[in-house]
Amino acid sequence: MQLELSEEDEAFRAQMREFFTTQVPEEIRTAVIEGRELTKEQMVRSAQILNDAGLAVPHWPEEHGGRGWSDLERHLWFEEMQAAGVPAPLAFNASMIGPVLAHFGTEEQKREFLPRTASLEIWWSQGFSEPDAGSDLASLRTSAVRDGDDWVVNGQKTWTTLGQHGDWIFTLVRTDPEVKKQAGISMLLIDMTSPGVEVRPIQLIDGGHEVNEVWFTDVRVPARNLVGELNGGWTIAKFLLGNERVGVAPVGATKRTLAHAKELAADVVAEDPLLRARIAELENELLALELTALRVAAHSTGGEPHPASSVLKLKGSELQQAVSELVVDLAGPGSLASGAGDDSDLEGWARRATPVYLNLRKASIYGGSNEVQRQIISRTILGL
Amino acid sequence: MDFTYDDEQVALRDAVRGLVGRTYADFETRRRAVAEDPGFDEKLWTRMAEMGLLGLPFAEEDGGVGAGPVEIGIVCREIGRVVAPEPFLTSVVLAGGLVSACGTPEQRQEVLGALSAGESVLAFAHDEPGRRWGPTAEAVTATEGGGSWSLTGVKEPVPHGARADVLVVSAALPGGGTGLFLVAGDDADRSGYAAYDGSRAARVRLDGTAATPLGHPGQDVTSSIATVQDITRVMAANQALGAMQVALRSTTDYLKSRKQFGVTLNTFQALTFRAADMYVSQELTHSMVEWATMVVAQGDPAALADAASRAALQVSRGGRHIGQEAIQLHGGIGMTAEYAVGTYVAHLTMLDHLLGEGGFQLRRLASDVTGHGALDPLA
Repeated sequence: MQLELSEEDEAFRAQMREFFTTQVPEEIRTAVIEGRELTKEQMVRSAQILNDAGLAVPHWPEEHGGRGWSDLERHLWFEEMQAAGVPAPLAFNASMIGPVLAHFGTEEQKREFLPRTASLEIWWSQGFSEPDAGSDLASLRTSAVRDGDDWVVNGQKTWTTLGQHGDWIFTLVRTDPEVKKQAGISMLLIDMTSPGVEVRPIQLIDGGHEVNEVWFTDVRVPARNLVGELNGGWTIAKFLLGNERVGVAPVGATKRTLAHAKELAADVVAEDPLLRARIAELENELLALELTALRVAAHSTGGEPHPASSVLKLKGSELQQAVSELVVDLAGPGSLASGAGDDSDLEGWARRATPVYLNLRKASIYGGSNEVQRQIISRTILGL
Repeated sequence: MDFTYDDEQVALRDAVRGLVGRTYADFETRRRAVAEDPGFDEKLWTRMAEMGLLGLPFAEEDGGVGAGPVEIGIVCREIGRVVAPEPFLTSVVLAGGLVSACGTPEQRQEVLGALSAGESVLAFAHDEPGRRWGPTAEAVTATEGGGSWSLTGVKEPVPHGARADVLVVSAALPGGGTGLFLVAGDDADRSGYAAYDGSRAARVRLDGTAATPLGHPGQDVTSSIATVQDITRVMAANQALGAMQVALRSTTDYLKSRKQFGVTLNTFQALTFRAADMYVSQELTHSMVEWATMVVAQGDPAALADAASRAALQVSRGGRHIGQEAIQLHGGIGMTAEYAVGTYVAHLTMLDHLLGEGGFQLRRLASDVTGHGALDPLA
């Protein structure tokens, strides 16, 4: 039992902090810290700076740009990145399709896609959920029928986050409707500029445009864009979703938001003991979560996550939501002014507080809803 | 950064489990032990002394073993797992810790030597009727006359105060501040009783009772008392964690075996989801307890005070959640004295209120909420 980081890990942490706080442009980091929406250009610029320094995809296999770091090093990398306000690498690229192609892809696919996936030259979208296939993903109906050297895709995907920026979409399609639903699914890589692909925005309760519907009408996809085995898509989806839960507890970002809010609303906090108690309670819960993340990172062996890792998504999303809720309360009546422009007399953080709060209701739904997490805990950990 | 035990610590855990855990493997044995005074098994206490457990925290020159907080935490956690009624926490960690922190070399050798050998039970007589938790004394006052000291006032509740051979008593000093004194147990007017978890407490009345100053006579030792209380908070958190782990385990075992409507209870998602939330509480508490134990080892009193409050707050929240749900998910059987889980909940409640429950800790933490930025456990 030892609290301190080893000298090497301490040096590693300092190096990460130095890089993130000096090499990523301040205007990008300030936008993140103040909760403003980033442009696509800002996201790409930040990703390229990270990629040029070998810090975009450290968890990938080393021959594709990975660094062979320990789980603790990855944890420190991710926490320092969030603390500095550096936007996390786009999950669809870095955590989802990249590891999938490195593991299941053909040599040609790896060559063609992986370098540009790491650098965000290709912006990937995720084509998984459908109107009738949410948590029950295997019920998906978008079909792909073989015609010569192509697959012909028809159907509709939904909740496609940032699909408006997407260049390519990795898509689960039904390639065999006759078998058990999990056994007839494949994964295709689809160029979003193909004829027949249409992206339609979905307006959300926060007033923003973050997610989309993606419609496929007789879209022709070259057969070489099949990932892995025909009808082996479910195995790939499980591999991908297993990776999705890693790093899904944004402890560093939530801590940063809470510390920032304390500062911005210092006058309100100073005069209200109940707000101080709420802050103290949230800080304590965040500390317990961060220590749990450290326990998991320090002791995940042989690729098997520590059992406590399932706690991270569940509690991490709850705390992310609770902090956003506190920020709305700190903003007080000013929180109503979400539609005000920059000529408003109210501060930007107060005007953005409610849209952020409403937007973050998503956190307990995506990445395996929190009810799915409870199911995982009760079945696989508690044996119930 | 390392959250695992080394080989010696694993061996210690196994040895304590082999002695204390095996003694109370059957819950009936514990029920018998707490049914009669002194409310614990004196033979087991002696065997714990022989194993070196009662001298674990104390320096070798004082008759102890000189082990660190991780080792003491291991003993507390194993005690918590079987809710063993032996007064390790209050007699060794708390009362012994005060003697170790404040006593003269002679006092340490004499008092801690006897405690380590299992020849003497200590109790810290500190709480006073009508007062909340804290490191100071008010109602019991110390007077000096002709080079000797005496104490007057009432201490209650004093954990294991009726059985104790030696009382460590806190008292308001004539010149201000709080001092510590040693009083022979038999010199005080004591009436003992059982607490709801089977542990023992007492009312201790002092009326011009002869007392020996612990350490330098007349010295205000408020800060030493506070630090030993903080260490004890962390060790109580270890003990509570052990109890929580078993309460959850007992609950999941029950859900898998108990049948209603022709099926086992684990077929009802309304129940299994609640068990999953208990697991979340357990793991968050586990992480916090390990961390706080390691902060004790660093030896910085200010960092310790902060970590003790944080761990105690998490343990209070987690312990109540797990305890209350454990009874609910068991149903009526969880209400009975015969079945273990209710006693675990009672014991968690006692530990929560020994040195300050969650709300008390939260007030400490909330008073300084603007004095720091984001918390960094690795700083």
